[in-house]
Amino acid sequence: MTDPQGFSRRKFLKGVGVSALAAGALQGAVPGQTKKDEKAAKEAKAVGPGPVPIELEINGERHQLEVEPRVTLIDALRNQLGITGAKKVCDRGVCGACSVLLDGRAAYACSILAISAQGRKIETVEGLSKQGRLSKLQQAFVRHDGAQCGFCTPGFVVASESLLRRRSRPSREEVLEGLGGNLCRCGTYKGVTQAVLEAGGEDQ
Amino acid sequence: MRDVEKAWPALSDSTYLGKRSPRPAGPDKVSGKAIFTADVNRPDLLHVKFTLNPHGRAEVRGIDVADAARMPGVVVAKPLVAAGDEVRYAGFEVAVVAAETEEIAREAARRVRVEYQPLPHNVEDRDPEGLGEWKNEGRARGEGDVEAGFAAADQVVEGRYGAPIITHCCFEPHGSVIEFRGPEQIDAWFSTQRISSIGGDLAKETGVDPARIHAVCEHLGSGYGSKFQFDVWDRECARIAQQTGRPVKVMLDRDHELMAAGSRPSAFADVKLGVKQDGTLTAWESRSWGSSGDSDRGSLRLPYVFTNGLPNRQQHTAIRTNTGPSRAWRGPGHPQMCLITMAALEDAAAALSLDPLDLFRKNLGLTGRPEVYAEELEIADRLMGWKRRWKPRGQGEGPVKTGLGLSMHTWGGRGHDSQCRVTLSSTGRVDVACGTQDMGMGSRSVLAVVAAETLGLPLDLIHVQLGDNRLPQSGASGGSTTTGGIATSTRTAAVDAANQLIRKAAPELGADPAECVLRDGEVLVANDSDRALSFGDACALIGQEPIVGNGRTDPELMTEGVGGVQMAEVKVDVETGVVEMVKLVAVQDCGTIVNLTTAESQVLGGCIMGISSALYEERIMDPVTGDCLNADLSRYRLAGIGDVGEIVVHMMQTDEHHGRGVIGVGEPPVISPMAAISNAVANAIGVRVPYVPLTPRAVLSALGGVK
Repeated sequence: MTDPQGFSRRKFLKGVGVSALAAGALQGAVPGQTKKDEKAAKEAKAVGPGPVPIELEINGERHQLEVEPRVTLIDALRNQLGITGAKKVCDRGVCGACSVLLDGRAAYACSILAISAQGRKIETVEGLSKQGRLSKLQQAFVRHDGAQCGFCTPGFVVASESLLRRRSRPSREEVLEGLGGNLCRCGTYKGVTQAVLEAGGEDQ
Repeated sequence: MRDVEKAWPALSDSTYLGKRSPRPAGPDKVSGKAIFTADVNRPDLLHVKFTLNPHGRAEVRGIDVADAARMPGVVVAKPLVAAGDEVRYAGFEVAVVAAETEEIAREAARRVRVEYQPLPHNVEDRDPEGLGEWKNEGRARGEGDVEAGFAAADQVVEGRYGAPIITHCCFEPHGSVIEFRGPEQIDAWFSTQRISSIGGDLAKETGVDPARIHAVCEHLGSGYGSKFQFDVWDRECARIAQQTGRPVKVMLDRDHELMAAGSRPSAFADVKLGVKQDGTLTAWESRSWGSSGDSDRGSLRLPYVFTNGLPNRQQHTAIRTNTGPSRAWRGPGHPQMCLITMAALEDAAAALSLDPLDLFRKNLGLTGRPEVYAEELEIADRLMGWKRRWKPRGQGEGPVKTGLGLSMHTWGGRGHDSQCRVTLSSTGRVDVACGTQDMGMGSRSVLAVVAAETLGLPLDLIHVQLGDNRLPQSGASGGSTTTGGIATSTRTAAVDAANQLIRKAAPELGADPAECVLRDGEVLVANDSDRALSFGDACALIGQEPIVGNGRTDPELMTEGVGGVQMAEVKVDVETGVVEMVKLVAVQDCGTIVNLTTAESQVLGGCIMGISSALYEERIMDPVTGDCLNADLSRYRLAGIGDVGEIVVHMMQTDEHHGRGVIGVGEPPVISPMAAISNAVANAIGVRVPYVPLTPRAVLSALGGVK
């Protein structure tokens, strides 16, 4: 009853594409981790396919949960922990809507397995407003209307935060480059650029 | 007795109307607190995924869901087609599964076994030749004496132009969450552009009384025209929720979204344009074609904007392609008609060695609003430095050429039917409730600005509620109809509430209600500002029953019909074919502007979406299998933050425009970018790239004379 020419091969190839991309994105997002990851991979013992207990540190809080090893960080955050600020849009490491900070640097949560995010400091957009007060960057996003439908916005805020932590006063060119890993469909780029420049203290 | 006047205040008298203010939902959106339908999680939730047909067209020989159904964690696995059924596009749903987790559901959907017999299909729409059975040739139509028009022309200029099928690509996918609270009560969350009425579809599907369906869409990750329907995925979500008694969530995966959840029809045309040496247009003839997917319908109205009295003859052929169905895409039909028309005009100007700005000006008499366009062209000229910098085609030195291009557009934007309720309580709380939705255009801001303006209160004292079918009914958000509808229903509701409050307060002030006004947080006597009550003290007189002001769409406060001019500057590398956006100038009118900040954002967004379609977007189908080759965002490219260049928006906000009444502005700014950018590229490189997107390959092919 099956038609291998029809759907299985295509879906299989797609699957390969995803994991290859995921590995690339992870390395790209966190330079310097590659060797460690390789070493860890050699030492790691196989887990799964059933759910395994893990602990994640998110916005300074520890969360215990059980996930299948195939569950991505974005799905664990959104579906299991109810932390829904980061969004899932492309699920392929392209659009950046799922961005979170991993040890202070922006990373695509759709391209990282939840199990491999253990032991790392995860910050989501929710963690950027301390005691419910918007950060300077978030206030600048509001002031410059850097959100329309708002679905990509948390990813832009997180990517901007990552940029500003690396470079406190980015130039316009650095903002455009630093946010090159995020996409917006409604067209908020001008407001976003102005917001990041203002939060960074650069003259516009 | 003279009541609070409903007419909009003059720009010079207004506090918020037409001024800048931040959108009320901004803080929630930048902090991750805004809850979209995609964010709704319910206890004991089931996740739904679909098995999709991978063929352009096929007959289903058999379908077997047994393997999927056997998987631990799968609760429902159900075929949606049967042996003998024909499936007509890649991405069509052939089976549905519901499971305890998204991962299990996705894997189960893959394990559904379907045997197909592929059938002849068509995914070609760029060239109508040889498409015999796949096309439906429409009758020629037109008006005026075309022969006389061409006879009067000094030149007849011919060209081919077009735009392929693109997708809506909403970042929040289509989807819903449906939960039965017992057999006769439903809570539902939809990602929808019509929250007031979608519960009715759910009622029909489930047999539940519509009054016992609570439908919510607090925030909408946009729609662009693709989220009006109660779709097959909503239907299956509802059925599984009813069958299992558990809450069920469906959110389309990105490939499903790009293949099945909305696309914009393609449009191509061969155009003959008669023109005199001084640039006067004399006749238009076109043969156009395009595809709306698996449909033999579709039409184009050509020419565009320059329509009044230009003799024309045209014929359109609808091409049936085995691709996901089209849906209204921001400014339906207009971006395509605009590209075809404005490119033909620019080619005519080039053939006559005229500046296209002069040719456009020469023919403004053919447009519906010549004075507005003349004014907008002048402003755009100044902002772009067009007259100072424009050069005839292909005159740049070196491999990187600069070019300027121009376009004009139009839209209606008349407000839809809307109702609004403004409630004032004795504590001084102000609630504005409207069953509309905010998909990013700033509906909340419209409600808040109008209520604050009318009641003379600070913006942050207004509590706004929308996105709920229990609120006063409001129309679907499409065609730029929302702002006109909700601004005027809110205005009339707030005026009603204000008059009731004044009647309560006037005796305290020892004044006639007709003498009183609401201003700066006070109820006061207009000619004697010493006699005033604070808004809070006035509300304290209300008593147990709150004041309820009701309002409806008011035709006297709104109107329709906008123009708009855009000018693009590009750099094109003729060695690599890469087009770079340098600048886009957008001059836009929209009558009475409610919030200048969000109106400008709509224009900026339209420009950027338009740039994306001009340079990158195309849904690519495999002619052999009929499958979609770029159903993911790594291959369906969108413009990024570094791709759009400088964008300059000028909103027409004179007393005259302000005095027209409210008009929506969602669609107009997305119409012109393809045309303006295509014209700028032609100006830069000296030849027309016939079709968008203006990819390196398309640019190099045009330069090499490759058809």
